[in-house]
Amino acid sequence: MSAVPKISLRGVTKSFGDKKVLRGIDLDVAPGESVVVIGGSGTGKSVLLKCILGLMEPDSGSIKIDGEETANLSDSDRQHVMRKFGMLFQGGALFDSLRVWQNVGFGPIQSDGMAPTKAREIAIAKLGNVGLGPDIAELFPSELSGGMQKRVALARAIAREPEIIFFDEPTTGLDPIMADVINELIVKCVSDLGATAVSITHDMASARKIGHRIAMLYEGKLIWQGAVGEIDHCGNAHVEQFIHGRAEGPIQMQVRRL
Amino acid sequence: MSIPLVTLLGRVTLALLATIGAVTSFAGRALQRTVQPPYYKAQILRQMLEIGYYSLPVVGLTAIFTGMVLALQSYTGFARFSAESAIPNVVVVSLTRELGPVLAGLMVAGRVGAAMAAEIGTMRVTEQIDALKTLSTDPFKYLVAPRLIAGVITLPILVLVADIIGVLGGYLVGVYKLDFNDATYLRNTIDFLQFQDVFSGLVKAAVFGFLITLMGCYHGYTSKGGAQGVGIATTNAVVSASILILTANYFITEAFFAR
Repeated sequence: MSAVPKISLRGVTKSFGDKKVLRGIDLDVAPGESVVVIGGSGTGKSVLLKCILGLMEPDSGSIKIDGEETANLSDSDRQHVMRKFGMLFQGGALFDSLRVWQNVGFGPIQSDGMAPTKAREIAIAKLGNVGLGPDIAELFPSELSGGMQKRVALARAIAREPEIIFFDEPTTGLDPIMADVINELIVKCVSDLGATAVSITHDMASARKIGHRIAMLYEGKLIWQGAVGEIDHCGNAHVEQFIHGRAEGPIQMQVRRL
Repeated sequence: MSIPLVTLLGRVTLALLATIGAVTSFAGRALQRTVQPPYYKAQILRQMLEIGYYSLPVVGLTAIFTGMVLALQSYTGFARFSAESAIPNVVVVSLTRELGPVLAGLMVAGRVGAAMAAEIGTMRVTEQIDALKTLSTDPFKYLVAPRLIAGVITLPILVLVADIIGVLGGYLVGVYKLDFNDATYLRNTIDFLQFQDVFSGLVKAAVFGFLITLMGCYHGYTSKGGAQGVGIATTNAVVSASILILTANYFITEAFFAR
């Protein structure tokens, strides 16, 4: 690990009312590393991601990007930091009033002031990177299948060649084959850009494929972190229950028994 | 019995104050972003088209029938004391001061305010607003500011058109049904019309344009919880905009005409 981690979290907490979602997260991500945060539904994975991205303010703790504190930044400074980020949203979050190429070229056009004709070329090139032809550039997102929407969203996330890319449940809602296609595209895009990646997922196949390192979030804390290869014999009962998908174990789902 | 009532009253008051505070801070933030560059000109034009051009049919129909019914109603009333000659004046003053801006405002609140709340609300619940932020685009500048600007510019134009169409409606009923002389009707319309009548109506229109778009954006932006949340946001946008229009209407009238 190099001297300055790309992303460094210390003691990050976040509550909603009485509910403590994050109870002190410490995490370092080295440049070029891909970290996957796993955990059950409702354990605060999305909240963690949104805190790092700056879409939510943490209640306390420090979030450093390239050694620079970003918790509680002003809006204009935040936009500056955002320039380093790309984000693939769970539902794609494509702008449904804009065409596919306008979606992919949105960052270059609106934020970097690029001419639309040039942005369109870049958009088509990026669509090519995710295995989509130029013929869909003029379509609207609603005219695409779920897998294609996800790929367009990936193309949009990488369009400005970000230094850090975030993936929110990249394979949720896709069939296993399309999920693997997306996983491979993610690995390829991240390594092509030399970017740092942080993903959240509960899909273990995806986590093993796209991550160098895995961290497990449970009850607001990262209870285990380690290289992908170590996870199968980590000796942590919570992690083992999760990766094998067992209902019985130390993690008790809050399901009312009849 | 009395304690729950007091508790309820307190809760309602606190909720009302919290909402007023939230709307005010939203409006302040929106206004601040509205004056700062960059300006999304394509977005402003798109919204002006949406608010102005596409509202023309509904506002035009409202205006022409309002003008017609004004002429007819004032005739049946004024004939009782032989004041029929005041009809053109009554029609034009009622329209330009009151009915033009208020009715156009209410129609646009129903049409445009609802659509804005639904569009921005859907963008909120499908994370498109978060996506804007990750693409270094300020949603206030990209979504809210163009709508506010378009509302404030477009509604006065729309109301001016409504005024003209409404007067035409009154003229048609006056001349073809009530047997007014057409030249006399027009002269009476113009002679008694004062600049302030039209101007106050246009000021109202600009304020209503601001209120409609602000409510549409606020309720959409703060909506949560999927389709149901967007539905609630849409309803709230229309209801709150309508009430604000009627309230503001009184105070602007007082500012202009109360002596």
